[in-house]
Amino acid sequence: MTGVARHSIPQHPLEPTVRPVTQGMPPRQILELHQVSKVYGDGITVVAALREVDLTVNAGEFVAVMGPSGSGKSSLLALAGGLDSTSQGEIYVRGTPLSALSTAERARLRRRAVGYVFQDYNLIPTLNATENVSLPLELDGVKPAKAQRQAKDALRQVGIEDLANRFIDELSGGQQQRVAIARAIVGDKALILADEPTGALDSVTGEEIMAVLRRRADAGAGVVLVTHEARHAGWADRVVFLRDGRVVDQATAQNDPHSLLADPIR
Amino acid sequence: MSVKHSLLALLTQGPRYGYHLRAEFEERTGSTWPLNIGQVYTTLDRLERDGLIEDQGDDGAGHRIYAITEAGRAETEDWFAQPSRPSNPPRNELAIKLAIAVTTPGVDVERVIQAQRSATLRALQDVTRAKRSTGGESRPADLAGLLVLESLIFTAEAEIRWLDHCEAAVLRAARSGQLPAVPAAVSAPAPAAMPSRTAVPTTAGTSRRHTSSQQKDR
Repeated sequence: MTGVARHSIPQHPLEPTVRPVTQGMPPRQILELHQVSKVYGDGITVVAALREVDLTVNAGEFVAVMGPSGSGKSSLLALAGGLDSTSQGEIYVRGTPLSALSTAERARLRRRAVGYVFQDYNLIPTLNATENVSLPLELDGVKPAKAQRQAKDALRQVGIEDLANRFIDELSGGQQQRVAIARAIVGDKALILADEPTGALDSVTGEEIMAVLRRRADAGAGVVLVTHEARHAGWADRVVFLRDGRVVDQATAQNDPHSLLADPIR
Repeated sequence: MSVKHSLLALLTQGPRYGYHLRAEFEERTGSTWPLNIGQVYTTLDRLERDGLIEDQGDDGAGHRIYAITEAGRAETEDWFAQPSRPSNPPRNELAIKLAIAVTTPGVDVERVIQAQRSATLRALQDVTRAKRSTGGESRPADLAGLLVLESLIFTAEAEIRWLDHCEAAVLRAARSGQLPAVPAAVSAPAPAAMPSRTAVPTTAGTSRRHTSSQQKDR
Protein backbone atom coordinates (compact mmCIF):
# COMPACT_ATOMS: atom_id res chain seq x y z
CA MET A 1 0.00 0.00 0.00
CA THR A 2 1.29 3.40 -0.93
CA GLY A 3 0.81 6.05 1.66
CA VAL A 4 -0.38 9.39 0.28
CA ALA A 5 -1.41 12.28 2.47
CA ARG A 6 -5.11 13.05 2.41
CA HIS A 7 -6.41 16.59 2.22
CA SER A 8 -7.74 17.73 5.55
CA ILE A 9 -10.23 20.15 3.99
CA PRO A 10 -13.55 19.06 2.44
CA GLN A 11 -13.00 17.99 -1.12
CA HIS A 12 -14.62 19.48 -4.20
CA PRO A 13 -15.96 16.72 -6.50
CA LEU A 14 -13.41 17.75 -9.12
CA GLU A 15 -10.56 18.11 -6.70
CA PRO A 16 -7.57 15.96 -7.61
CA THR A 17 -6.43 13.53 -4.98
CA VAL A 18 -4.49 10.40 -5.44
CA ARG A 19 -5.83 7.87 -3.03
CA PRO A 20 -4.02 4.91 -1.64
CA VAL A 21 -5.27 1.66 -3.09
CA THR A 22 -7.23 0.03 -0.31
CA GLN A 23 -7.35 -3.73 -0.20
CA GLY A 24 -10.81 -5.18 0.22
CA MET A 25 -12.63 -1.92 -0.64
CA PRO A 26 -15.01 -1.91 -3.63
CA PRO A 27 -13.31 -0.39 -6.70
CA ARG A 28 -13.87 3.33 -7.22
CA GLN A 29 -14.65 4.26 -10.78
CA ILE A 30 -12.50 7.07 -12.09
CA LEU A 31 -13.65 6.90 -15.70
CA GLU A 32 -16.76 5.41 -17.22
CA LEU A 33 -17.83 5.34 -20.85
CA HIS A 34 -21.45 4.29 -21.35
CA GLN A 35 -22.42 3.32 -24.89
CA VAL A 36 -20.23 6.04 -26.31
CA SER A 37 -20.32 6.66 -30.05
CA LYS A 38 -18.49 9.32 -32.01
CA VAL A 39 -19.25 10.22 -35.59
CA TYR A 40 -17.29 12.69 -37.69
CA GLY A 41 -18.71 14.38 -40.80
CA ASP A 42 -22.20 13.83 -42.16
CA GLY A 43 -24.06 12.53 -45.18
CA ILE A 44 -21.89 10.41 -47.45
CA THR A 45 -18.69 11.57 -45.70
CA VAL A 46 -19.76 10.26 -42.30
CA VAL A 47 -17.10 8.30 -40.40
CA ALA A 48 -17.88 6.41 -37.20
CA ALA A 49 -14.78 6.66 -34.99
CA LEU A 50 -16.33 4.92 -31.97
CA ARG A 51 -19.38 2.68 -31.78
CA GLU A 52 -21.24 2.02 -28.53
CA VAL A 53 -18.12 1.68 -26.40
CA ASP A 54 -18.48 0.70 -22.74
CA LEU A 55 -15.38 1.05 -20.64
CA THR A 56 -14.72 1.50 -16.93
CA VAL A 57 -11.38 2.42 -15.37
CA ASN A 58 -11.12 2.08 -11.60
CA ALA A 59 -8.89 3.93 -9.19
CA GLY A 60 -5.53 2.19 -9.12
CA GLU A 61 -6.08 0.57 -12.50
CA PHE A 62 -3.74 0.85 -15.47
CA VAL A 63 -5.55 0.17 -18.75
CA ALA A 64 -3.84 0.00 -22.15
CA VAL A 65 -5.78 0.52 -25.38
CA MET A 66 -4.47 -1.17 -28.51
CA GLY A 67 -5.71 -1.45 -32.07
CA PRO A 68 -4.68 -0.74 -35.65
CA SER A 69 -4.54 2.79 -37.06
CA GLY A 70 -8.01 4.26 -37.37
CA SER A 71 -9.54 1.90 -34.82
CA GLY A 72 -10.62 4.81 -32.58
CA LYS A 73 -7.90 4.79 -29.90
CA SER A 74 -7.11 8.50 -29.98
CA SER A 75 -10.79 9.43 -30.33
CA LEU A 76 -11.56 7.42 -27.20
CA LEU A 77 -8.86 9.24 -25.28
CA ALA A 78 -9.91 12.70 -26.51
CA LEU A 79 -13.51 12.02 -25.45
CA ALA A 80 -12.43 10.66 -22.06
CA GLY A 81 -10.38 13.80 -21.48
CA GLY A 82 -13.28 16.08 -22.36
CA LEU A 83 -11.41 17.45 -25.38
CA ASP A 84 -14.23 16.40 -27.68
CA SER A 85 -17.93 15.65 -27.26
CA THR A 86 -19.67 12.34 -27.79
CA SER A 87 -22.22 11.88 -30.57
CA GLN A 88 -24.09 9.44 -28.34
CA GLY A 89 -23.62 8.01 -24.88
CA GLU A 90 -22.19 9.52 -21.72
CA ILE A 91 -18.77 9.80 -20.12
CA TYR A 92 -18.32 10.11 -16.37
CA VAL A 93 -15.11 11.27 -14.73
CA ARG A 94 -15.21 10.47 -11.01
CA GLY A 95 -18.96 10.17 -11.33
CA THR A 96 -19.46 13.55 -12.99
CA PRO A 97 -21.16 13.36 -16.42
CA LEU A 98 -19.09 15.46 -18.84
CA SER A 99 -22.17 16.47 -20.83
CA ALA A 100 -23.53 18.24 -17.73
CA LEU A 101 -20.50 20.52 -17.46
CA SER A 102 -20.12 23.95 -19.03
CA THR A 103 -17.01 24.63 -21.10
CA ALA A 104 -15.39 26.38 -18.13
CA GLU A 105 -16.25 23.53 -15.76
CA ARG A 106 -14.84 21.02 -18.20
CA ALA A 107 -11.61 23.02 -18.45
CA ARG A 108 -11.39 23.09 -14.66
CA LEU A 109 -11.96 19.35 -14.47
CA ARG A 110 -9.18 18.79 -16.99
CA ARG A 111 -6.80 21.05 -15.07
CA ARG A 112 -7.50 19.51 -11.70
CA ALA A 113 -8.29 15.88 -12.21
CA VAL A 114 -7.04 14.84 -15.63
CA GLY A 115 -3.46 14.63 -16.86
CA TYR A 116 -3.26 14.32 -20.63
CA VAL A 117 -0.19 13.42 -22.66
CA PHE A 118 -0.76 14.56 -26.23
CA GLN A 119 0.86 12.76 -29.15
CA ASP A 120 2.29 16.08 -30.34
CA TYR A 121 3.11 17.27 -26.77
CA ASN A 122 1.22 20.65 -26.94
CA LEU A 123 3.90 22.51 -24.97
CA ILE A 124 4.20 26.29 -24.80
CA PRO A 125 7.43 27.36 -26.52
CA THR A 126 7.76 30.67 -24.67
CA LEU A 127 7.90 28.93 -21.28
CA ASN A 128 10.69 26.77 -19.90
CA ALA A 129 10.22 23.13 -18.89
CA THR A 130 9.31 23.88 -15.27
CA GLU A 131 6.86 26.62 -16.23
CA ASN A 132 5.16 24.33 -18.75
CA VAL A 133 4.62 21.78 -16.01
CA SER A 134 3.63 24.22 -13.25
CA LEU A 135 1.27 26.34 -15.38
CA PRO A 136 -1.88 24.22 -14.90
CA LEU A 137 -1.29 24.25 -11.13
CA GLU A 138 -0.77 28.00 -11.03
CA LEU A 139 -3.87 28.58 -13.16
CA ASP A 140 -5.69 26.63 -10.51
CA GLY A 141 -4.52 28.86 -7.70
CA VAL A 142 -1.56 26.91 -6.37
CA LYS A 143 1.09 29.34 -5.11
CA PRO A 144 3.95 29.71 -7.64
CA ALA A 145 6.67 28.46 -5.27
CA LYS A 146 4.69 25.31 -4.44
CA ALA A 147 3.68 24.77 -8.08
CA GLN A 148 7.32 25.05 -9.18
CA ARG A 149 8.38 22.60 -6.48
CA GLN A 150 5.80 20.08 -7.65
CA ALA A 151 6.80 20.69 -11.28
CA LYS A 152 10.44 19.98 -10.50
CA ASP A 153 9.46 16.80 -8.69
CA ALA A 154 7.47 15.69 -11.76
CA LEU A 155 10.46 16.49 -14.01
CA ARG A 156 12.63 14.44 -11.67
CA GLN A 157 10.26 11.49 -11.97
CA VAL A 158 10.64 11.50 -15.76
CA GLY A 159 14.41 11.89 -15.47
CA ILE A 160 14.99 15.44 -16.75
CA GLU A 161 15.31 17.57 -13.61
CA ASP A 162 18.59 18.93 -14.97
CA LEU A 163 16.69 20.45 -17.93
CA ALA A 164 14.18 22.30 -15.75
CA ASN A 165 15.22 25.77 -16.95
CA ARG A 166 15.52 24.98 -20.64
CA PHE A 167 13.05 26.43 -23.11
CA ILE A 168 11.09 23.96 -25.21
CA ASP A 169 12.97 24.68 -28.43
CA GLU A 170 16.21 23.90 -26.59
CA LEU A 171 15.01 20.35 -25.92
CA SER A 172 15.12 17.26 -28.14
CA GLY A 173 11.90 15.53 -29.18
CA GLY A 174 12.33 12.89 -26.50
CA GLN A 175 13.00 15.53 -23.82
CA GLN A 176 9.92 17.50 -24.90
CA GLN A 177 7.88 14.31 -24.66
CA ARG A 178 9.10 13.83 -21.09
CA VAL A 179 8.09 17.41 -20.21
CA ALA A 180 4.62 16.60 -21.58
CA ILE A 181 4.49 13.48 -19.38
CA ALA A 182 5.64 15.48 -16.33
CA ARG A 183 2.83 18.00 -16.96
CA ALA A 184 0.32 15.12 -17.04
CA ILE A 185 1.42 13.57 -13.74
CA VAL A 186 2.02 16.77 -11.76
CA GLY A 187 -0.37 17.47 -8.90
CA ASP A 188 -1.39 13.85 -8.35
CA LYS A 189 -4.09 13.74 -11.02
CA ALA A 190 -6.88 11.21 -10.48
CA LEU A 191 -6.94 10.24 -14.16
CA ILE A 192 -3.97 10.12 -16.52
CA LEU A 193 -4.62 9.75 -20.24
CA ALA A 194 -1.56 9.15 -22.40
CA ASP A 195 -1.66 8.97 -26.19
CA GLU A 196 1.43 7.10 -27.46
CA PRO A 197 3.60 8.82 -24.81
CA THR A 198 6.83 7.07 -25.75
CA GLY A 199 6.97 7.51 -29.52
CA ALA A 200 10.04 9.76 -29.39
CA LEU A 201 11.83 7.85 -26.64
CA ASP A 202 14.42 5.09 -26.77
CA SER A 203 13.33 1.74 -25.36
CA VAL A 204 15.01 2.14 -21.95
CA THR A 205 13.49 5.61 -21.38
CA GLY A 206 10.16 4.28 -22.65
CA GLU A 207 10.28 1.60 -19.95
CA GLU A 208 11.09 4.25 -17.33
CA ILE A 209 8.00 6.19 -18.39
CA MET A 210 5.91 3.03 -18.08
CA ALA A 211 7.29 2.62 -14.57
CA VAL A 212 6.24 6.23 -13.77
CA LEU A 213 2.68 5.59 -15.04
CA ARG A 214 2.59 2.28 -13.17
CA ARG A 215 3.57 4.04 -9.93
CA ARG A 216 0.79 6.61 -10.45
CA ALA A 217 -1.70 3.76 -10.86
CA ASP A 218 -0.31 1.93 -7.83
CA ALA A 219 -0.78 5.15 -5.85
CA GLY A 220 -4.49 5.19 -6.79
CA ALA A 221 -4.79 7.06 -10.09
CA GLY A 222 -6.65 5.63 -13.08
CA VAL A 223 -4.32 5.42 -16.08
CA VAL A 224 -5.30 4.93 -19.71
CA LEU A 225 -2.47 4.39 -22.17
CA VAL A 226 -2.98 4.31 -25.92
CA THR A 227 -0.12 2.37 -27.45
CA HIS A 228 0.80 0.16 -30.37
CA GLU A 229 3.71 -1.33 -28.43
CA ALA A 230 2.87 -4.65 -26.83
CA ARG A 231 5.79 -4.40 -24.39
CA HIS A 232 4.28 -1.21 -22.97
CA ALA A 233 0.80 -2.70 -22.84
CA GLY A 234 2.40 -5.43 -20.74
CA TRP A 235 2.65 -2.92 -17.87
CA ALA A 236 -1.14 -2.56 -17.76
CA ASP A 237 -3.58 -4.46 -15.58
CA ARG A 238 -5.95 -4.72 -18.53
CA VAL A 239 -5.55 -4.36 -22.28
CA VAL A 240 -8.55 -3.26 -24.33
CA PHE A 241 -8.51 -4.05 -28.06
CA LEU A 242 -10.32 -1.69 -30.40
CA ARG A 243 -11.23 -2.44 -33.98
CA ASP A 244 -13.34 -0.24 -36.25
CA GLY A 245 -14.44 1.78 -33.22
CA ARG A 246 -15.59 -1.19 -31.16
CA VAL A 247 -14.08 -2.97 -28.18
CA VAL A 248 -13.50 -6.45 -29.57
CA ASP A 249 -11.56 -8.05 -26.71
CA GLN A 250 -9.87 -7.44 -23.38
CA ALA A 251 -6.89 -9.14 -21.76
CA THR A 252 -6.50 -9.03 -17.99
CA ALA A 253 -3.27 -10.00 -16.25
CA GLN A 254 -3.59 -13.44 -14.68
CA ASN A 255 -1.17 -12.67 -11.88
CA ASP A 256 -0.27 -16.33 -11.80
CA PRO A 257 3.45 -16.77 -11.17
CA HIS A 258 3.25 -20.40 -12.31
CA SER A 259 2.24 -19.24 -15.79
CA LEU A 260 5.81 -18.01 -16.14
CA LEU A 261 7.33 -21.41 -15.64
CA ALA A 262 8.11 -23.76 -18.46
CA ASP A 263 7.58 -27.48 -18.05
CA PRO A 264 10.60 -29.11 -16.41
CA ILE A 265 13.37 -29.74 -18.90
CA ARG A 266 13.61 -33.46 -19.51
CA MET B 1 22.27 -29.04 -25.74
CA SER B 2 21.85 -26.20 -23.27
CA VAL B 3 21.39 -28.21 -20.04
CA LYS B 4 24.58 -30.21 -20.63
CA HIS B 5 26.61 -27.12 -21.38
CA SER B 6 25.00 -25.05 -18.61
CA LEU B 7 26.02 -27.69 -16.07
CA LEU B 8 29.52 -27.76 -17.51
CA ALA B 9 29.73 -23.96 -17.28
CA LEU B 10 28.62 -24.09 -13.63
CA LEU B 11 31.34 -26.66 -12.93
CA THR B 12 34.01 -24.31 -14.31
CA GLN B 13 33.50 -22.39 -11.06
CA GLY B 14 34.42 -25.36 -8.91
CA PRO B 15 33.25 -28.89 -8.01
CA ARG B 16 29.56 -29.28 -7.22
CA TYR B 17 26.93 -31.96 -6.53
CA GLY B 18 23.64 -32.58 -8.36
CA TYR B 19 21.18 -30.61 -6.23
CA HIS B 20 23.62 -27.73 -5.99
CA LEU B 21 23.86 -27.62 -9.81
CA ARG B 22 20.11 -27.69 -10.21
CA ALA B 23 19.61 -24.86 -7.72
CA GLU B 24 22.27 -22.75 -9.37
CA PHE B 25 20.90 -23.34 -12.88
CA GLU B 26 17.43 -22.27 -11.80
CA GLU B 27 18.65 -19.22 -9.91
CA ARG B 28 20.68 -17.99 -12.86
CA THR B 29 17.84 -18.46 -15.35
CA GLY B 30 15.20 -16.70 -13.24
CA SER B 31 13.59 -20.07 -12.34
CA THR B 32 11.97 -20.01 -15.76
CA TRP B 33 13.01 -23.50 -16.79
CA PRO B 34 12.74 -25.85 -13.80
CA LEU B 35 15.17 -28.76 -14.05
CA ASN B 36 14.18 -32.30 -13.23
CA ILE B 37 16.78 -33.70 -10.78
CA GLY B 38 16.70 -37.01 -12.66
CA GLN B 39 17.72 -35.12 -15.78
CA VAL B 40 20.62 -33.54 -13.88
CA TYR B 41 21.97 -36.93 -12.83
CA THR B 42 21.46 -38.46 -16.29
CA THR B 43 23.34 -35.52 -17.80
CA LEU B 44 26.13 -35.82 -15.25
CA ASP B 45 26.47 -39.55 -16.08
CA ARG B 46 26.80 -38.72 -19.78
CA LEU B 47 29.29 -35.93 -19.13
CA GLU B 48 31.38 -38.33 -17.05
CA ARG B 49 31.14 -41.04 -19.73
CA ASP B 50 32.38 -38.51 -22.31
CA GLY B 51 35.32 -37.49 -20.12
CA LEU B 52 34.07 -33.90 -19.66
CA ILE B 53 33.69 -34.22 -15.88
CA GLU B 54 34.99 -36.60 -13.22
CA ASP B 55 33.40 -38.09 -10.15
CA GLN B 56 35.37 -37.03 -7.06
CA GLY B 57 33.45 -39.26 -4.68
CA ASP B 58 31.36 -38.51 -1.62
CA ASP B 59 31.90 -35.26 0.28
CA GLY B 60 31.15 -36.94 3.59
CA ALA B 61 27.63 -35.50 3.73
CA GLY B 62 26.18 -37.90 1.20
CA HIS B 63 26.78 -35.69 -1.84
CA ARG B 64 28.53 -37.07 -4.89
CA ILE B 65 30.89 -34.34 -6.07
CA TYR B 66 31.73 -33.71 -9.71
CA ALA B 67 34.61 -31.65 -11.14
CA ILE B 68 35.20 -30.45 -14.68
CA THR B 69 38.08 -31.88 -16.74
CA GLU B 70 40.33 -30.05 -19.21
CA ALA B 71 38.23 -31.53 -22.04
CA GLY B 72 35.14 -30.18 -20.26
CA ARG B 73 36.65 -26.69 -20.07
CA ALA B 74 37.44 -26.78 -23.79
CA GLU B 75 33.88 -27.92 -24.55
CA THR B 76 32.47 -25.04 -22.46
CA GLU B 77 34.65 -22.45 -24.18
CA ASP B 78 33.54 -23.83 -27.53
CA TRP B 79 29.87 -23.60 -26.44
CA PHE B 80 30.22 -19.91 -25.56
CA ALA B 81 32.07 -19.24 -28.83
CA GLN B 82 29.51 -20.89 -31.12
CA PRO B 83 26.14 -19.30 -31.97
CA SER B 84 23.08 -21.12 -30.62
CA ARG B 85 20.99 -22.96 -33.17
CA PRO B 86 17.34 -22.36 -32.40
CA SER B 87 15.27 -25.46 -31.77
CA ASN B 88 11.61 -25.45 -32.76
CA PRO B 89 9.94 -22.72 -30.69
CA PRO B 90 6.35 -23.22 -29.49
CA ARG B 91 5.09 -20.62 -31.95
CA ASN B 92 5.57 -23.10 -34.79
CA GLU B 93 2.32 -24.59 -33.66
CA LEU B 94 0.71 -21.18 -33.98
CA ALA B 95 2.17 -20.59 -37.45
CA ILE B 96 0.79 -23.94 -38.58
CA LYS B 97 -2.60 -23.18 -37.05
CA LEU B 98 -2.77 -19.82 -38.85
CA ALA B 99 -1.63 -21.30 -42.12
CA ILE B 100 -4.38 -23.89 -41.89
CA ALA B 101 -6.93 -21.29 -40.72
CA VAL B 102 -6.41 -18.97 -43.69
CA THR B 103 -6.80 -21.86 -46.11
CA THR B 104 -9.90 -23.36 -44.52
CA PRO B 105 -13.23 -21.88 -45.68
CA GLY B 106 -15.51 -20.75 -42.88
CA VAL B 107 -12.77 -20.09 -40.30
CA ASP B 108 -12.88 -16.61 -38.72
CA VAL B 109 -9.15 -15.91 -39.04
CA GLU B 110 -9.41 -12.54 -37.29
CA ARG B 111 -10.89 -14.30 -34.29
CA VAL B 112 -8.11 -16.89 -34.28
CA ILE B 113 -5.53 -14.10 -34.40
CA GLN B 114 -7.25 -12.05 -31.68
CA ALA B 115 -7.54 -15.04 -29.34
CA GLN B 116 -3.82 -15.60 -29.68
CA ARG B 117 -3.02 -11.90 -29.32
CA SER B 118 -4.98 -11.71 -26.05
CA ALA B 119 -3.32 -14.83 -24.68
CA THR B 120 0.15 -13.61 -25.60
CA LEU B 121 -0.54 -10.21 -24.07
CA ARG B 122 -1.68 -11.83 -20.84
CA ALA B 123 1.59 -13.75 -20.76
CA LEU B 124 3.43 -10.50 -21.47
CA GLN B 125 1.60 -8.83 -18.57
CA ASP B 126 2.67 -11.64 -16.26
CA VAL B 127 6.30 -11.50 -17.36
CA THR B 128 6.32 -7.70 -17.03
CA ARG B 129 4.91 -8.05 -13.53
CA ALA B 130 7.63 -10.56 -12.67
CA LYS B 131 10.23 -8.17 -14.06
CA ARG B 132 8.89 -5.34 -11.92
CA SER B 133 9.12 -7.48 -8.82
CA THR B 134 12.76 -8.43 -9.35
CA GLY B 135 15.17 -6.67 -7.08
CA GLY B 136 17.11 -4.86 -9.79
CA GLU B 137 20.51 -5.93 -11.00
CA SER B 138 22.45 -5.90 -7.75
CA ARG B 139 23.71 -9.49 -8.07
CA PRO B 140 24.88 -11.29 -11.22
CA ALA B 141 22.10 -13.86 -10.72
CA ASP B 142 19.51 -11.02 -10.58
CA LEU B 143 20.84 -9.60 -13.83
CA ALA B 144 20.79 -13.09 -15.38
CA GLY B 145 17.18 -13.63 -14.29
CA LEU B 146 16.23 -10.19 -15.60
CA LEU B 147 17.81 -10.94 -18.98
CA VAL B 148 15.86 -14.20 -19.22
CA LEU B 149 12.62 -12.33 -18.47
CA GLU B 150 13.55 -9.73 -21.10
CA SER B 151 14.02 -12.54 -23.60
CA LEU B 152 10.46 -13.72 -22.87
CA ILE B 153 9.22 -10.14 -23.32
CA PHE B 154 10.98 -9.75 -26.67
CA THR B 155 9.60 -13.11 -27.82
CA ALA B 156 6.02 -12.19 -26.86
CA GLU B 157 6.43 -8.77 -28.46
CA ALA B 158 7.68 -10.34 -31.69
CA GLU B 159 4.78 -12.75 -31.73
CA ILE B 160 2.25 -9.94 -31.32
CA ARG B 161 3.90 -7.90 -34.08
CA TRP B 162 3.81 -10.95 -36.29
CA LEU B 163 0.09 -11.44 -35.50
CA ASP B 164 -0.57 -7.77 -36.38
CA HIS B 165 1.25 -8.32 -39.65
CA CYS B 166 -0.72 -11.51 -40.39
CA GLU B 167 -3.99 -9.76 -39.63
CA ALA B 168 -3.21 -6.86 -41.95
CA ALA B 169 -2.17 -9.27 -44.71
CA VAL B 170 -5.29 -11.41 -44.21
CA LEU B 171 -7.55 -8.33 -44.30
CA ARG B 172 -5.88 -7.08 -47.47
CA ALA B 173 -6.23 -10.48 -49.09
CA ALA B 174 -9.87 -10.75 -48.03
CA ARG B 175 -10.68 -7.31 -49.43
CA SER B 176 -9.21 -8.23 -52.77
CA GLY B 177 -11.15 -11.51 -52.78
CA GLN B 178 -8.02 -13.65 -52.63
CA LEU B 179 -8.99 -15.69 -49.60
CA PRO B 180 -9.22 -18.55 -49.15
CA ALA B 181 -8.85 -19.80 -52.73
CA VAL B 182 -5.51 -18.29 -53.83
CA PRO B 183 -2.49 -20.11 -52.39
CA ALA B 184 0.01 -17.26 -52.86
CA ALA B 185 -1.89 -14.88 -50.60
CA VAL B 186 -2.38 -17.61 -48.05
CA SER B 187 1.15 -18.78 -47.47
CA ALA B 188 2.90 -15.46 -47.99
CA PRO B 189 2.42 -13.70 -44.63
CA ALA B 190 3.60 -16.40 -42.27
CA PRO B 191 7.00 -17.30 -43.74
CA ALA B 192 7.84 -13.66 -44.49
CA ALA B 193 7.58 -12.67 -40.87
CA MET B 194 8.55 -15.86 -39.08
CA PRO B 195 11.16 -15.12 -36.44
CA SER B 196 12.54 -18.64 -36.67
CA ARG B 197 14.17 -20.04 -39.77
CA THR B 198 13.31 -23.56 -38.75
CA ALA B 199 9.59 -22.93 -38.90
CA VAL B 200 9.43 -21.66 -42.46
CA PRO B 201 9.59 -24.88 -44.47
CA THR B 202 7.12 -26.63 -42.19
CA THR B 203 4.61 -23.80 -42.26
CA ALA B 204 4.83 -23.09 -45.97
CA GLY B 205 4.76 -26.74 -46.85
CA THR B 206 1.78 -27.44 -44.67
CA SER B 207 -0.24 -24.55 -45.98
CA ARG B 208 0.53 -25.37 -49.59
CA ARG B 209 -0.55 -28.95 -49.17
CA HIS B 210 -3.85 -28.00 -47.62
CA THR B 211 -4.48 -25.29 -50.17
CA SER B 212 -4.00 -27.58 -53.13
CA SER B 213 -6.22 -30.28 -51.67
CA GLN B 214 -8.81 -27.63 -50.94
CA GLN B 215 -8.71 -26.45 -54.54
CA LYS B 216 -9.10 -30.02 -55.75
CA ASP B 217 -12.23 -30.38 -53.64
CA ARG B 218 -13.70 -27.39 -55.33
